[in-house]
Amino acid sequence: MALSGLFLVFFLAQHFVINITSVIAPDTFNEWSHFMGYNGLVQFILQPVLIAGVIVHFAMGIALELKNNKARAIKYKQYNGNANSSWMSRNMIITGLVVLAFLGLHMYDFWVHEMAYKYIEVNPESPTRYYEETVLKFEPFWRTIIYVISFVLLSLHLWHGFASSFQTVGVNNKYSAGIQTFTKIYSIAIPLGFIFIALYHHFNPITH
Amino acid sequence: MGILDSKVPKGPLAAKWTQHKNDINLVNPANKRNIDIIVVGTGLAGGSAAATLAELGYNVKTFCYQDSPRRAHSIAAQGGINAAKNYQGDGDSAYRLFYDTIKGGDYRSREANVYRLAEESANIIDQCVAQGVPFAREYGGMLDNRSFGGVLVSRTFYAKGQTGQQLLLGAYSAMNRQINRGKIQSFNRHEMMDMVLVDGKARGIIARDLVTGKIERHSAHAVVLATGGYGNVFFLSTNAMGSNVMAAWRAHRRGAFFANPCFTQIHPTCIPVSGDHQSKLTLMSESLRNDGRIWVPKRMDDAIAIREGKLKPIQLKEEDRDYYLERRYPAFGNLVPRDVASRAAKERCDAGFGVNKTGEAVYLDFASAIQRYGEEEALTHGIKNADDKEITRLGKKVIEAKYGNLFQMYEKIVDENPYETPMMIYPAVHYTMGGLWVDYNLQTTIEGCYCAGEANFSDHGANRLGASALMQGLADGYFVLPYTIGDYLSKDIRTGAIPTDLPEFDAAETAVQDRLDKLMAGSGQHSVDFYHKKLGKIMWDKCGMARNAKDLQDAIDEISALRADFWANVKIPGKADGMNQELEKAGRVADFLELGELFAKDALTRNESCGGHFREEYQTPEGEALRDDENFKFVSAWEYKGEPKDAVLHKEELKYENIELKTRSYK
Amino acid sequence: MKLNLKIWRQKDAKSKGEIVDYPIKGIEGDMSFLEMLDVLNEELINKGEEPVQFDHDCREGICGACSLQINGEPHGPDRLVTTCQLHMRKFNDGDTIVIEPFRATAFPVINDLIVDRTSFDRIQQAGGYISVNTSGNTVDANAIPINKHDADEAMDAATCIGCGACVAACKNASAMLFTSAKVSQFALLPQGQVEAVDRVQNMVRQMDLEGFGNCTNTGACEVECPKGISLENIARMNREYLSATTKG
Repeated sequence: MALSGLFLVFFLAQHFVINITSVIAPDTFNEWSHFMGYNGLVQFILQPVLIAGVIVHFAMGIALELKNNKARAIKYKQYNGNANSSWMSRNMIITGLVVLAFLGLHMYDFWVHEMAYKYIEVNPESPTRYYEETVLKFEPFWRTIIYVISFVLLSLHLWHGFASSFQTVGVNNKYSAGIQTFTKIYSIAIPLGFIFIALYHHFNPITH
Repeated sequence: MGILDSKVPKGPLAAKWTQHKNDINLVNPANKRNIDIIVVGTGLAGGSAAATLAELGYNVKTFCYQDSPRRAHSIAAQGGINAAKNYQGDGDSAYRLFYDTIKGGDYRSREANVYRLAEESANIIDQCVAQGVPFAREYGGMLDNRSFGGVLVSRTFYAKGQTGQQLLLGAYSAMNRQINRGKIQSFNRHEMMDMVLVDGKARGIIARDLVTGKIERHSAHAVVLATGGYGNVFFLSTNAMGSNVMAAWRAHRRGAFFANPCFTQIHPTCIPVSGDHQSKLTLMSESLRNDGRIWVPKRMDDAIAIREGKLKPIQLKEEDRDYYLERRYPAFGNLVPRDVASRAAKERCDAGFGVNKTGEAVYLDFASAIQRYGEEEALTHGIKNADDKEITRLGKKVIEAKYGNLFQMYEKIVDENPYETPMMIYPAVHYTMGGLWVDYNLQTTIEGCYCAGEANFSDHGANRLGASALMQGLADGYFVLPYTIGDYLSKDIRTGAIPTDLPEFDAAETAVQDRLDKLMAGSGQHSVDFYHKKLGKIMWDKCGMARNAKDLQDAIDEISALRADFWANVKIPGKADGMNQELEKAGRVADFLELGELFAKDALTRNESCGGHFREEYQTPEGEALRDDENFKFVSAWEYKGEPKDAVLHKEELKYENIELKTRSYK
Repeated sequence: MKLNLKIWRQKDAKSKGEIVDYPIKGIEGDMSFLEMLDVLNEELINKGEEPVQFDHDCREGICGACSLQINGEPHGPDRLVTTCQLHMRKFNDGDTIVIEPFRATAFPVINDLIVDRTSFDRIQQAGGYISVNTSGNTVDANAIPINKHDADEAMDAATCIGCGACVAACKNASAMLFTSAKVSQFALLPQGQVEAVDRVQNMVRQMDLEGFGNCTNTGACEVECPKGISLENIARMNREYLSATTKG
């Protein structure tokens, strides 16, 4: 759980760095996107690894939830979880499933389209199409809202998950306070950044 | 003395134990596999005995009423464990520990047993450290020591204020290792209801499964009782709610003599009673007397003002305080033995100087320790010109590191911050020196029935020194009983397993069943606690810190009447064939109602004051205990003859060949 | 004060239990929570009803026998106390108090508020010890100096009273804090090194076999632990486990 989570956190950071260029420098965005889309290493090694990472994280999460549910077959009539733990830590399955559902939409929006474009329709390479395609996606209000909400839940998921993964791999020492602060900043900053990107493109549509 | 043969080996004191171990018979490892031993009670003595016996190769069955051996009440011991290691180089030795213990016990214990205890004490520390018991250490990595009452050296090893817990967990882990190896079968939530004798030998027990209510038979070649003390006869004590005398009393009824029942330790530093609802008393470790100073107001009007809440203790000037222990006992000051400290507190409170609402409390003050440590800390940390506030802050930190958990416990219970205002304390029943009579081998007067730890009478005489109970429990369990019992069992190598369908088992089971039926058949007037509280009040008022012939006689009569009332009118809801905590309590209280009477009878017979037994008729002009060595230098061992009033006294004369009997003085 | 108690009653392991209402009055702030239940039981007995059964023994916070989920928290709302040390001054007149047994599949209910915690014993039996024989013939206690900081940390881990509040508080009913406290005590001491690899593996295996849940680091256990056992112990056990796995 922790290891796949840490891997996904790392991926998220990389994803963000590329995306933010769509706001700052659309040309760089096109260039990097094209590289990611046509580099063999990325496409045929890293991409499957990433997909595997997501699947492992998801499958383990579900298995964990099922096992943990069984560990208390008879529930409490009253359970005051707020007194001793954060909502985020207790509801990883909820935030996780929302993020997963979002991932479905996100994959449909970008990945499925990409796969079809490249491997089914076998279109020729077009190194400058990415920026426009991306911005267009954020034109509809409903999609932007879904993205924003999903990022909020992602933030909640990260808020507990990122810090928690250090504990699981056994890191709890004098650096822990620093690590904790870093993970908390990360779990707010990155999703906030994604929200910014989504909103930016929604409110700055490409006018032809 | 006829039937009371202490079996103390001949030879010089220091050689007795070694010689004895060389002389006694052993059981070879192959034969040990065919021998079963029952251990009742899994505290320090029982747990350690069970672990060692299993380690040696015997088949062990342990029984405890708790849901896990780890919860035995040894776990609550706070302050520490004595050992003559002389790590501090302050002149300690096995002889000195032996001497302190005999003197502390007011010359009413057996020399040879106590010397053996002192000898084995050092092994205990080695053993426990090897097991991973996290004793407190100094910065150099060596073990730390503190000082306890009644001694002039620092020989007490400790693990914060939870020494008993750590030692018990050590014994419990040794047990766990044997359970994992299949050498110990542990029966938790089981209570011993009776002992089964076959041809005069202890051959098994009848136990009740406290979950199902089922009556079970368990046989063995020997039975070890390590069931703790009977302080709960007072209802309010520092014992656990479940601590009881049932196993020892059942053995007593079957022929084990009960020794010195009136020797009870009233511990001076407990949290005072707050009201009628009080279910038990909480101890504040004796280690607190290392740093705390005990006082009451000098003037009566101040005491009254404090009781009425008009005056705060911290407002009282130094010269208006009576540090009565320092005044009366300048040599030992606040570290006099427990019996002396308790009586002194009672004396001040009886004279009207008590400091809480009920007038039954004295102060234990840490202000000067905080000041002293603060100054020391400031100095060692190179803080120059530290102001009072800084010194107090530093001092409080030191106190917190030493006694933090005790202070926290006090604050939770009393709702006052002991760092800011002195603690209030009052004596409470804590430990019973009396118990089943045992010989040097820890065998009772029933062949094959052994008794270890607080449940026996052997080592503490009329008063136990602080941090010696843990020492005795572990010495008995780890290092004494497992060897001495081999001598007895060496005769049993051809016996084979003891069947549980013998007529003796039938009879014992029937007796247990009848008794349960009788308890359930009470008319239903009053709850078990109703009787227990009544018994406790009689005991505390008439057999407590100060006793006299008239009160004791009254106590005997009252307890006898209360017992009759109990059997006729007790009310136990529910059924006997399932979990029934009221029924469990009833069985225990029924036995306390017999023991209490014997207790009073024993106290009445002993016409002297010694240790925890203080007879008002026998005191010096200064109010100190007046011992009578000429007529009472013996162990009273009572033989059961039906009603407690018919019990027959046997005396084991105590011989002092290595120590000169003196009047105990801590001045 | 007057209180409205809602208490789980269950005749035995097989029966279905239910919450029963018990109004009670005359409760004082100086009473401990268990003394309040004593008052209730005395009333019930006098009315001819069966008293509420609950585990308790030392009543000074060290034996670990008392349990009780009080208003949704193990050992109630106060911190660093067991139920026996929880005092009624923490409640207000007219409060409703819900009292349930500790719930976990590995802690089946025996009767009313009493649960079976022998799963904890079995975890300890799987390896919570140092295999040294009890003859006393070992090296001198001061032969192995132990760093004070390590000794103190081992002591902090060793103060666990095995009450099960960690399991009761955890949304996953995980026993990681309990198990890791024992593993940590020995991991921090030189005496514990010899068997370190087997110990952590055996104890974790037993913990899983007992049906406890997995740790998701909610931290509830640390907050509710009456002895303040730290989450650091769980991290340490994870490290020990990881390193044991690599060592085979």
